[in-house]
Amino acid sequence: PVIPATSEAEEDLRVDGRGCEDYRCVEVETDVVSNTSGSARVKLGHTDILVGVKAEMGTPKLEKPNEGYLEFFVDCSASATPEFEGRGGDDLGTEIANTLYRIFNNKSSVDLKTLCISPREHCWVLYVDVLLLECGGNLFDAISIAVKAALFNTRIPRVRVLEDEEGSKDIELSDDPYDCIRLSVENVPCIVTLCKIGCRHVVDATLQEEACSLASLLVSVTSKGVVTCMRKVGKGSLDPESIFEMMETGKRVGKVLHASLQSVLHKEESLGPKRQKVGFLG
Amino acid sequence: MAMEMRLPVARKPLSERLGRDTKKHLVVPGDTITTDTGFMRGHGTYMGEEKLIASVAGSVERVNKLICVKALKTRYIGEVGDIVVGRITERRRSAEDELAMRGFLQEGDLISAEVQAVFSDGAVSLHTRSLKYGKLGQGVLVQVSPSLVRRQKTHLHDLPCGASVILGNNGFIWIYPTPEHKEEEAGGFIANLEPVSLADREVISRLRNCIISLVTQRMMLYDTSILYCYEASLPHQIKDILKPEIMEEIVMETRQRLLEQEG
Repeated sequence: PVIPATSEAEEDLRVDGRGCEDYRCVEVETDVVSNTSGSARVKLGHTDILVGVKAEMGTPKLEKPNEGYLEFFVDCSASATPEFEGRGGDDLGTEIANTLYRIFNNKSSVDLKTLCISPREHCWVLYVDVLLLECGGNLFDAISIAVKAALFNTRIPRVRVLEDEEGSKDIELSDDPYDCIRLSVENVPCIVTLCKIGCRHVVDATLQEEACSLASLLVSVTSKGVVTCMRKVGKGSLDPESIFEMMETGKRVGKVLHASLQSVLHKEESLGPKRQKVGFLG
Repeated sequence: MAMEMRLPVARKPLSERLGRDTKKHLVVPGDTITTDTGFMRGHGTYMGEEKLIASVAGSVERVNKLICVKALKTRYIGEVGDIVVGRITERRRSAEDELAMRGFLQEGDLISAEVQAVFSDGAVSLHTRSLKYGKLGQGVLVQVSPSLVRRQKTHLHDLPCGASVILGNNGFIWIYPTPEHKEEEAGGFIANLEPVSLADREVISRLRNCIISLVTQRMMLYDTSILYCYEASLPHQIKDILKPEIMEEIVMETRQRLLEQEG
């Protein structure tokens, strides 16, 4: 019902007992898909996201000859929710992919120069595939967390460019399968979605809360609290004061989100190969 | 603000945790249950190629010579006398209906009603002829599988913790603050839309989380199970109830208390 949700947000007690700035329990696991360069699975309440990153060799873009680049593709699986049957999920998939392009479209998110192999000729292209397994509200946040975790897990093979006397180049792959380069994900942003319900705003909305919210603000925040971009969604309107408050909440919540994610990823890495992978049948 | 991120933990199957000796025989549609033709077919099975095959996903139950499969998730099948909770999406359009009912119950209203009659195609007709039923005001709705709502003498309960529940046979559970005066029942045609106090809301949220915990652990829902679960959850914060390990602990305690009460 619309009315109870409104008054609940106003007193910092939501239907499931959370406060307005509380997230549901998040489960993160990386390296879940074996034939990718990097992968991650994130479960946030009933939202289940799988991200796979594949590194392939390509040609640098004309305007950026010394850099590699990222390509995003989002697949809204029909098993996530009945609305995605057939081509129903395509619009949402395109919207999410465009948002990902936007938040990564700046110099500092990922150091694209590390993806360059030889200028103007060869570079690494990272194809980031996002799969929505289950839709339980707050998709953008969960997807951005999964993308960051997958990029953290990505291992790109080390290559050398050999030039012989005639000037023709050859690319040599290292013999050691563990000889890889890794991306620094320090500045990769995560999205914090703030949904306006009544006079207040909540983070990590469930499907029911999203239905009660007329307007939301998507804030893309880095681990240092820098906002890389913002986007308003929804039919309702937001006044400038609300937007400012929501942005401040987004920055504050975003920093904690990054810190938690960092600690989980490092903990997982420190457990090493001994860790029992849960995967999909756990 | 609270933020918890963790690595997933493989969960042990329920039968192992409870120390059951016999594991349940789980089947999916198409699985062979037995090739012994001496058994009688019950619900959820059919005979094909000299063997008994399951037609639903669930656990096999055997009573002497009768084998049936109890489905994990069922669609609600109405019976006369059932109480249901639902939202009006469409209604019969006739002249008398327009004049009489529109003033009271409209499309989009959330109501509780009793099943009056069941038609051969499965459709049911509902009535709200008692003051117990009617429009629902402030409260929280939880949707569960109909198979988990136990059939009892009454489905409207006023719990001692300060809230009331309507356990709809169709799986829709309505939790609302207990009305102060007995005359203002949950029903009637005027929805009480006054704001709910924080204390009441805490009780309702806690009950909601407890019901979700019971359902996740496949426990039957009835007034006693919900109440015991509520009491077991009191040491924890409301939002923590939905954490996997706390949910297991609370439901385990509820299960034990229910066994003690029965035994």
